[in-house]
Amino acid sequence: MTYNRLIFENSVPGKYAYSLPELDVPEVNLADEDVPLREDLDLPEVSEGDLIRHYLNMSLNNYSIDKGFYPLGSCTMKYNPKINENIARIPGLAKLHPYQPNSTVQGSLALLYELQEYLAEVSGMDAMSLQPAAGAHGELAGLMIIKRYHELRGDDHRNVIILPDSAHGTNPATAAMAGFKVVEVASDEEGSVDVEELKAAIDENLAGLMLTNPNTLGLFESHIEEVAQIIHDAGGLLYYDGANMNAIMGKARPGDMGFDVMHFNVHKTFSTPHGGGGPGGGPIGVKEFLKPYLPVPVLEKTDEKYILNYDYPDSIGKMKAFFGNYGIMLRAFSYISTMGSEGLRNASEMAVLNANYMMHRLKKTYNLPIEKVCKHEFVLSGIKDSPKTTTLDIAKRLLDYGFHAPTVYFPLIIPEAMMIEPTETESKATLDKFMEALEAIAKEAVESPELLAEAPHTTPVRRVDEVHAAKALILTYKDMLNEEN
Amino acid sequence: MHRYIPTSSALVEEMLKDIGISSIDELFVDIPQELRFKGDLNIPGALSELELLRKTADFASKNKSTDDLTCFLGAGVYDHFVPLVIDHVISRSEFYTSYTPYQAEVAQGTLQAIFEYQSLVAELTGMEVSNASMYDGSNAAIEAAFLSLASKRKSDNILVSEGLHPEVKGVIKTYCHFRDIEVHFVPLKENGRTDYEKAAELVNDQSASIMVQNPNFYGVIEDIPAMVDFAKENKLMSIDYVDPISLGLLEAPGNQGVDIVVADGQSLGNGLNYGGPYLGIMALKKKDVRKMPGRLVGLTKDAEGDRAFVLTLQAREQHIRRFKATSNICSNQSLNMLVASIYLVALGKKGLREVALQSASKAAYLKKELIATGHFEEVYSSPLFKEFSLKYKGDVKELLKGLEEEGFLGGFNLASCGREGELLIAVTEKRTKAEMDAYVDAVRRLS
Repeated sequence: MTYNRLIFENSVPGKYAYSLPELDVPEVNLADEDVPLREDLDLPEVSEGDLIRHYLNMSLNNYSIDKGFYPLGSCTMKYNPKINENIARIPGLAKLHPYQPNSTVQGSLALLYELQEYLAEVSGMDAMSLQPAAGAHGELAGLMIIKRYHELRGDDHRNVIILPDSAHGTNPATAAMAGFKVVEVASDEEGSVDVEELKAAIDENLAGLMLTNPNTLGLFESHIEEVAQIIHDAGGLLYYDGANMNAIMGKARPGDMGFDVMHFNVHKTFSTPHGGGGPGGGPIGVKEFLKPYLPVPVLEKTDEKYILNYDYPDSIGKMKAFFGNYGIMLRAFSYISTMGSEGLRNASEMAVLNANYMMHRLKKTYNLPIEKVCKHEFVLSGIKDSPKTTTLDIAKRLLDYGFHAPTVYFPLIIPEAMMIEPTETESKATLDKFMEALEAIAKEAVESPELLAEAPHTTPVRRVDEVHAAKALILTYKDMLNEEN
Repeated sequence: MHRYIPTSSALVEEMLKDIGISSIDELFVDIPQELRFKGDLNIPGALSELELLRKTADFASKNKSTDDLTCFLGAGVYDHFVPLVIDHVISRSEFYTSYTPYQAEVAQGTLQAIFEYQSLVAELTGMEVSNASMYDGSNAAIEAAFLSLASKRKSDNILVSEGLHPEVKGVIKTYCHFRDIEVHFVPLKENGRTDYEKAAELVNDQSASIMVQNPNFYGVIEDIPAMVDFAKENKLMSIDYVDPISLGLLEAPGNQGVDIVVADGQSLGNGLNYGGPYLGIMALKKKDVRKMPGRLVGLTKDAEGDRAFVLTLQAREQHIRRFKATSNICSNQSLNMLVASIYLVALGKKGLREVALQSASKAAYLKKELIATGHFEEVYSSPLFKEFSLKYKGDVKELLKGLEEEGFLGGFNLASCGREGELLIAVTEKRTKAEMDAYVDAVRRLS
């Protein structure tokens, strides 16, 4: 029986799992000062042992990268080295208040500055900000910078962001959030920007183009220089979505391709743990001419002293309280330091080798829409011998084989898309086992399709009813009790 | 090959042969020659574990942490005690190395954790629904403001109390600038509380919401029922930016008629970490749930009718709705959210009240003792929670410098908020009477 008791159901009146010293000063009573106080606070009451068992048993219902292969395309689920966690917990680095005087945090500022330099080097950008909390947050900061650039040049009318229809969902959502009008252009059959479509979409209102390279089909945009030329000639700027940086470290740099602004996803490329959905980190990089618009403060070095410089009058302003997800930056620093230049290049080479190795074998059993050397990921489109089998069923059946499913139904331009990204930290043996599973599933799809339709069979819960969840809308324990009554 | 990469050179050869090529370079032929990066990236390493530990120890030695300096700094980030069970739980690989729970059948641990967090936050705030968390308090605040703007046709401005945290105000200004939204800052009265008479002069038909922080940045407990009344009179949404610890004592905003509660969840068991990662809390009424940004988990059934959890109402989100999504947010601060949940569970009903009460009692004690030195004057006489501002008769900068040399993070210099000569001091349950007395003695010596 799978553990699924709620902590509220384990509550025993009067129990607790904390200890505090006795109060050593007179107790105040805010009621005396006419402050409205609460009568009830119905939090669960459990002992420490009960607490630990609850969370441990819950954790066992999770798949994780430490348990097995996570071939999620666009997510770069690589191994999270353990030393990163140790570094992030060093008391002298972790127990710092964000408003401590700069003189008391020179060590941390030096570390962050070094990280900025590494990121600038990998990307070919000139200046960095570590402030954005996630990839989408980095995108937003980057697009605000583009808007600011046009605004200060008196080009307020430039309010259009162009992006290919193969783009990540955050791209259009971010552009809208930054106050832009979004124009999606159809990509060509390789998911690349269709140059003619692009030219047709450009007018005097162009602010910029958002692009991922390699694109979301895992293919390198070979004519990127031409695209950059077209956009720059029309007065626009180029934004680079760094989701796929794991393919090109030490091989090619966005800054050299003509991009003006970009973000990294350190939880993808630089191995910081995904934590079940966050926290991540989305540092941004810009070319020199956009540095004045970076969010404040900008971390700088002057005469062997590190400062947080707020004196940027043209800055877009604050994106986030304080200086970003510092604890995550410590982990990214740790990773890059343990990899070094050669390690990073190795990582990209092995990530690309693994992807091509898999693509080469799987295209025999699964439809491969584009037959071309891929980068760190590739997209399949259904089983050859069983065209009616849905990708959802394949994904769910994979769970029975002990693997996480790939990214499914993305990119939107490929029907029944299944996007596979192995990363460099998986062994050939793992890849072989995973491919055997996919081949076995292709066979099952023909011989015993019910195995797929009813999958998964061996997971902590069976297939979950999403429609019921949206209809019943039980979002809290209280909702649940109300529903039962 | 690097130690994190399991493929050997022999295996590389085997794989290349399998693909039908002879070198790795052939896998990169699609990158135009002139774009290929030549040479080595200027990044040192690869460092061994021992080298990296030495290097980071050296960085740490150039800092002074809150182990070296007794912390009376607050201003939105608080040195509350973090129960030890928290790190044990979040160090489990199953939690910290898992991905976003898109494949529900193998992510019930994370999904249940989110469902419990939503339930805990709903209880704490007295609201009906909470999302799975956002980047931080500032992010939750601006997202709440945008929600209010999206809820009112033709709205183009919001009201924000001057008592809001300056960094949160900063973020609101940034986001609103790029959306052509006007932000009206409502001044504080002499007693340190938001001035609703002044607010009445600023509000208009296109105003969407009013946001007030409670206790506010200067430590004053605000009159939330007055904000709710003002919001109702002017057809605004009321947004209450709270300190979650204060809700161990103070009335739940949900019971006061507030529309949206936002907060930074740092104080719920998250370490200081020099400003992040923390989590942003957002809670509201069920009628507004479809406008809510961020992830949500619902209870449902699996194919056998057993209890199961799953991400729900995803049609609000960017990966489905693209440029029509409620927000561009694509993640939650899942691990920090787990921290906050464990914190609330460990403390339970009794513990959160005790942390709040001890913090408030100690803050009151220190304020009284500091005023008794004769070197400070009270700025506001209104009720306070765990933080207060004082006017110092000498030079605040000098005082803070001196305190640092004596081993204290003495407080936040309010000169940066245009309040020359004022100091903001926070006290948590962690501070002992002995530490506070030593702080007062140091102030005496330095004044």
